Amino acid sequence: MTDFNPRNAQPVVLETRNLSKVFGGLTAVNAFDAQVHKGEICSLIGPNGAGKTTVFNTVTGIYNPEKGHVIFNGNDITGHKPHHIVSTGIARTFQNIRLFPTMTCLENIMAGQHCRISSGLWSALFKSARQKHEERETRAVAESRIKQIRLWDYRHELAKNMAYGSQRMLEIARALATNPSLLVLDEPSSGLNPKETEDLMEFLTGLIRKEDITILLIEHDMNVVMGISDWVIVMDEGKKIAEGHPEQIYHNPRVIEAYLGSNDR
Amino acid sequence: MDVFLEQLINGLTIGSFYALIALGYSMVYGILKLINFAHGDFFALGSYVGYTVLVFGSAVITTHFGLWGGLMAAMIIAAVCVAFVGIMVERAAYRPIYPAGRLPAVVSALGASIFIQNTIMVIWGPRYQAYPASLIPNIHIQIGGLHITMLQIVILIMSFMLLGILYWIIQKTTFGAAIRATALDKDTASLMGVDFNKVIFFIFTLGPALGAMTGVMVGMYYRQISFTMGWNYGLKAFTATIMGGIGNLPGAMFGGLILGVLEMFGAAYISAAWKDVFVFLILILVLIFRPTGLFGEKVAEKV
Amino acid sequence: MIEETKRIGMERFFGSYQSMFFITLTMFIIYPFVVSDYYIDVAFFFGIYALLGLSLNIVLGEVGLFDLGHAGFYAIGAYTTAILNTKFGVPILILLPLSAAAAALFAYLVCSPIIHLRGDYLCIVTIGMGEIVRIALINNPFNLTGGPNGVYGIDFPSFGGPFVIDSSIEYYFLIWIVVALSIYGLIRLQNSHIGRAWNYIREDEVAAGASGIDVRHYKLLAFVLGAALAGVAGNIYASKLMCVSPESFTFWESCLMFCIVLIGGMGSIPGVLIGAAFISLFPEIFRPFAMYRMLIFGTVMILMMMFRPGGAWPRKRGGIGFASIFAKKDVTDD
Repeated sequence: MTDFNPRNAQPVVLETRNLSKVFGGLTAVNAFDAQVHKGEICSLIGPNGAGKTTVFNTVTGIYNPEKGHVIFNGNDITGHKPHHIVSTGIARTFQNIRLFPTMTCLENIMAGQHCRISSGLWSALFKSARQKHEERETRAVAESRIKQIRLWDYRHELAKNMAYGSQRMLEIARALATNPSLLVLDEPSSGLNPKETEDLMEFLTGLIRKEDITILLIEHDMNVVMGISDWVIVMDEGKKIAEGHPEQIYHNPRVIEAYLGSNDR
Repeated sequence: MDVFLEQLINGLTIGSFYALIALGYSMVYGILKLINFAHGDFFALGSYVGYTVLVFGSAVITTHFGLWGGLMAAMIIAAVCVAFVGIMVERAAYRPIYPAGRLPAVVSALGASIFIQNTIMVIWGPRYQAYPASLIPNIHIQIGGLHITMLQIVILIMSFMLLGILYWIIQKTTFGAAIRATALDKDTASLMGVDFNKVIFFIFTLGPALGAMTGVMVGMYYRQISFTMGWNYGLKAFTATIMGGIGNLPGAMFGGLILGVLEMFGAAYISAAWKDVFVFLILILVLIFRPTGLFGEKVAEKV
Repeated sequence: MIEETKRIGMERFFGSYQSMFFITLTMFIIYPFVVSDYYIDVAFFFGIYALLGLSLNIVLGEVGLFDLGHAGFYAIGAYTTAILNTKFGVPILILLPLSAAAAALFAYLVCSPIIHLRGDYLCIVTIGMGEIVRIALINNPFNLTGGPNGVYGIDFPSFGGPFVIDSSIEYYFLIWIVVALSIYGLIRLQNSHIGRAWNYIREDEVAAGASGIDVRHYKLLAFVLGAALAGVAGNIYASKLMCVSPESFTFWESCLMFCIVLIGGMGSIPGVLIGAAFISLFPEIFRPFAMYRMLIFGTVMILMMMFRPGGAWPRKRGGIGFASIFAKKDVTDD
């Protein structure tokens, strides 16, 4: 990986330095270093239990790491609260979809704009001008996002009544509604059928093209990884074992070994 | 030192009552996540049934079976009656409501509690009732400066025997394993062949029966019983359950014992009037530093 | 759109939620003029329970936090009024906001260290908090609370001069005006980012945090607001009865409030009114049954949960509901 890399021309958006997270006696993430550059789709892959989701949870503030730092746009955000990290510009989705089931699709997406609202209790009680303005703004953003994922007709439907694939898209739309500069997706294609996966890939590449955004995702579907990633990072047993362009990773013997196991012939 | 030992024994006595009630509480709680408000009233009902047996049946029983036979009869009859009521309550008030989630069940449990409480009031009247005196010979035992009564010793032995039996059932028998497995993960347990309905039946027999026996012992110990006494004991049992860690049966047991001892020490060394404040403050402190109870597993939420 | 104009037409008015609302309102105003003082007082206590239900509904209904110690906040409000009025002669109406503030401050201080607890662990701590308050009141700290007998001789609320609230009918209007104002404010909150944030937390705490909601802040806000409203209820209750004693603020009272919210429907304001009506009017209606009345009460509670587990009037999402009477059309529809 010493060859010229146009990726390095772009600034680093997210960086983890020596990140470690321990559960009981198990080191889930072990001295993990990674960099995500601006405007790329970066995939984090690895066998089950490699610690990918733990990295995500540490980056988004759900876990506090034992060691190491998370640097986002040059600021150390290690150990910050999730809502604070969202407001600095990292939004995420979950492996098992976590929507607000008995609220409408539109309300679900409006959640994303919450961190951009500055009016408080009294403005809400007395409907101040600012509150009205922000309320309209929130609604407008949510409506444009729901149009973007083509679920406009279902905006008043409860989230729990939506089809699985639509729920995945809703969760992505909710994350996008926070106006993030980094979108963190945890297995966005899991549970989707081939057609839906295709649509998702198109959606994500379109997003990168049209918006000023960077995407980091965990993915098991190699078609998705190879199809849309600009950069791939491979994890095994809490450590980074390789990184590179998709085709480099595809032929990397260490990666193949991690996935298939070594035979020690 | 003598005061300390005396209070320790008092505390363990009361603590064992709490522990016995908490066990019934915790079994239901661990499996259905239901705050079973009616549980304290099972205990009160048991106390009243035992009272009736001892007062009205005493002539018959004691002439044929002697004093100990009379006590055993009171406890067993109370246990059987209340176990029956327990199952009825489960069938009528809880079973139809499980599918709707746990919050409606809390209201239903409160309804059941009001129902049982007022049934007691209708049958036995709203006034205090007194257990017959000198059931157990009023013998004082003095070891050094330490005073204990025969009654205390009998009750301590009985309740610890019950706790021991329960501990054995829960930790060593297949049925205990089924209960613990169901409390951990209902679906997986039923996939492994645990019959959920059987477990429910078992906990709603055993829990109220234990509560009823405790009720008889409390009646003997304090002699005065009232139809509202279930509330206070139920609340303490719930506290013990949470203190020990939700769904952890031995935890509930130790939680109850610790609670009783704390209460007595609070009463002796701080002030009797403030003893419950002391207990709740300790509980809150415990939870601030151990958010899942004393013996609760520290689980990181799966995200 | 044509449909839009039809919507505001008079034919739409009858048989709609608006008409129901105005009929109810008229009945509320006429009611005290046609019944005896006794029944006005019954309606007054209905109002107190409605206010308490609304206050707990913020914590339990909107945010989904199990609070079984709400009577503690109620007690703080009532005793703040009682003590400051009888010992220092502070007028009741000035004490109305002060009682709210005292209860809110108490909630803030008590809940700050425990707000991270989940589900039933939080529940038992709130129970403990309620019990601590009650026992403290019984034990008469610093000779302030009068022990088990409580505090006597609390004034009537006075606007100065002859304008004193001292009859049943005036108390009736006082409590229901306060209830109406609270409902108005709470509907505004429900339709604002604050109400949504509360609901997000109730639905999924982790997802709410990951969507940018400051979970801790909004949980505390709910407790503080809920406590403030309970404090207001305490103030009015204290001045109506002219005395307060610890037995009015037991664990049982907290349980009743819990039932009000669940019988009505979590997070539903009309539901709270129905629940409060049930809790406060039922014992009155069934008075002839004497000692059996609580038996019936318990049975009905079980039956209600069996047939309407979601409450009598659950909150509807994205559709019509009590809230949309006040809400501007552009908020709930397009």
